[in-house]
Amino acid sequence: MKHVDEFRDPAQARALVSRIESLVDRPLRIMEVCGGHTHSIFRYGIENLLPKNLELVHGPGCPVCVLPMGRVDDCLAVAAQPGVIFTTFGDAMRVPGSRKNLLQARAEGADVRMVYSPMDALALARDNPGREVVFFALGFETTMPSTALTVLQAEADGIANFSVLCNHITIVPTIKAILDSPDQQLDGFFGPGHVSMVIGTAPYEFIARHYRKPLVVAGFEPLDVLQSLWMVLAQLREGRCEIENQYARIVGQGGNAAALRAVGQVYELREFFEWRGLGSIDHSGVRLRSRYAHFDAERKFALPNVRIADPKACQCGEVLKGVIKPRQCKLFGTACTPQTPVGALMVSSEGACAAYYQYGRAA
Amino acid sequence: MNDRAARTVTLAHGGGGRAMKDLVDEVFVAAFKNEFLSPLEDQARLPLNGERLAFTTDSYVVDPLFFPGGDIGKLAVCGTVNDLAVGGALPLYLSCAVIIEEGVPVELLQRVAASMARSAQAAGVQIVTGDTKVVPRGACDKLFVTTTGIGMMRPGLELGAHRAGPGDVVLVNGVLGDHGAAILCARGDMALDTPIESDCAPLNGLIGALLDAAPGIRFMRDPTRGGAATVLNEVAAASGLAIELDEARLPMREEVKAFCEILGLDPLYLANEGRVLVIAPAQEADAALGAMRAHPLGAGAAAIGRVTDGEPGRVVLRTLVGGRRLVDMLVGEQLPRIC
Repeated sequence: MKHVDEFRDPAQARALVSRIESLVDRPLRIMEVCGGHTHSIFRYGIENLLPKNLELVHGPGCPVCVLPMGRVDDCLAVAAQPGVIFTTFGDAMRVPGSRKNLLQARAEGADVRMVYSPMDALALARDNPGREVVFFALGFETTMPSTALTVLQAEADGIANFSVLCNHITIVPTIKAILDSPDQQLDGFFGPGHVSMVIGTAPYEFIARHYRKPLVVAGFEPLDVLQSLWMVLAQLREGRCEIENQYARIVGQGGNAAALRAVGQVYELREFFEWRGLGSIDHSGVRLRSRYAHFDAERKFALPNVRIADPKACQCGEVLKGVIKPRQCKLFGTACTPQTPVGALMVSSEGACAAYYQYGRAA
Repeated sequence: MNDRAARTVTLAHGGGGRAMKDLVDEVFVAAFKNEFLSPLEDQARLPLNGERLAFTTDSYVVDPLFFPGGDIGKLAVCGTVNDLAVGGALPLYLSCAVIIEEGVPVELLQRVAASMARSAQAAGVQIVTGDTKVVPRGACDKLFVTTTGIGMMRPGLELGAHRAGPGDVVLVNGVLGDHGAAILCARGDMALDTPIESDCAPLNGLIGALLDAAPGIRFMRDPTRGGAATVLNEVAAASGLAIELDEARLPMREEVKAFCEILGLDPLYLANEGRVLVIAPAQEADAALGAMRAHPLGAGAAAIGRVTDGEPGRVVLRTLVGGRRLVDMLVGEQLPRIC
């Protein structure tokens, strides 16, 4: 396919793999922070091209996976209100709440609709003035600007029957939480490509400076992934700890100024946000500023807002930090499958456990 | 956690994947169990006075009713004709039952009926009986069509997924995923202006030529809902063998590939309505490919993989960059990814 095939070339992949092999002389663990990378790694079967003592640790960057059950219950409560059209991205439909998910709520009569952009939700609000249209906003900095711009558009157009249930989260405090966790044993990182397109590369500097770990902002095609791996390994071999950018065709050092402006205008940091599998992380989520309170579903609706603990047997947190592999979890493939996910990481195809289950068992 | 959910049907049960198979087994197979139903092929094969009949039925609820490359009528005829043909039957007669929502314009019904008539003529079958019901507004979505088909089995031909053997070749008659992508585009709830047409077509002509050229064919199936991945998983499960696909050989239209990239969908799970997957013995693979390529509906035919004695029941894809991954059955609906 145009613009993509050149990043999937088998001969170049083989050349990169042999360069990678020459740099791995001891057990190494590299974390890809972003679920998009996890998906690519599995979709292209990259893990089984790599030397055995090079381990890829699949990080927390799947926004669908890390959404706590209590927040899903909040969504279900809003979706159940009379007159509400509840709109969401596709793969959020399957995230389990404490009793059901949005697909099941729809089967039971709630008006839950899948959209491809928050602007589609705003269009629904315009077309249905008698209904309240709620957009279930989630994702990292990648999707934050589009929600922000939609709120600004709703404000400009004076649309009153539109609101956002904001579950946007931010990746940097979470990387920090993982680095601070006593059981982590990571040697380096892949930085998230699309998040970095928005925020740039500067926010990662502390990882190299303070934690002495290399990070390479990586693209998502197979050759991007292999080249980024090689770049991380080259840093380790040469004793460097730097923030490098493999995805320069998309990511600029300063990020996207217009997107960052919209984000700064519409959101403020929450003091803390709850993550499935990782617990509460300070300053890791955003909410709408009070100036936009009339678009904030959390303020418009009375939400149950109940904190529901992750199931006890679930070891998602250890998988996320690279302490165990998905297969080593007691529930993997038995109690916990993509059809009946118990833990966060089995929910979306970007989650490490779901990816292992879906793609990895053949390796 | 899912006790209550398990008692409610969701759209995931209609996706053609594992959730649907479980529902069918739990409810219908359990209730109707008999020797003709049990193989769960797309058609039942029934002995009658020394001959064998093939018998099949299918309901069509597609939204929108008209889409690039077809409409609900064409789909209802081709789908049922294909379900007969892939079993090795010569399709003969169809029924047509319609459930119409109050308020549907008669002109719309005429267009659908004309399309069915054209498709039946193209397939060489006759629509010989039918039924019409009208329900109040909201009780169905505009128009549902059910067609039932009868055909005669080719004498001596015994096709089945369990007949696949190590070394057999997996063939397909053209690009994958067109119908699924065309329908998603035609629903228009995403702002993509891609000229993707459904592949909807009657395959009995192509399949007749194929069986003449390669009578040793083990199994055929049209990869409709659930796509090629689902059918090949069924073959792997039924044969107790593995299937290895080669990503570089999968025929796909550039537009469909791009569409799937954007939405995070896997074309192996998209529906097709004019494609047949064929398991052929290696020594007949070239003959089979040649016969398909000589037919207008098989110009893009390709060998996409092999049956192997690898891990039983597994479908594995050798990726473009040389890696390997599992191609599992779809759990429920395929849902677009966030980012």
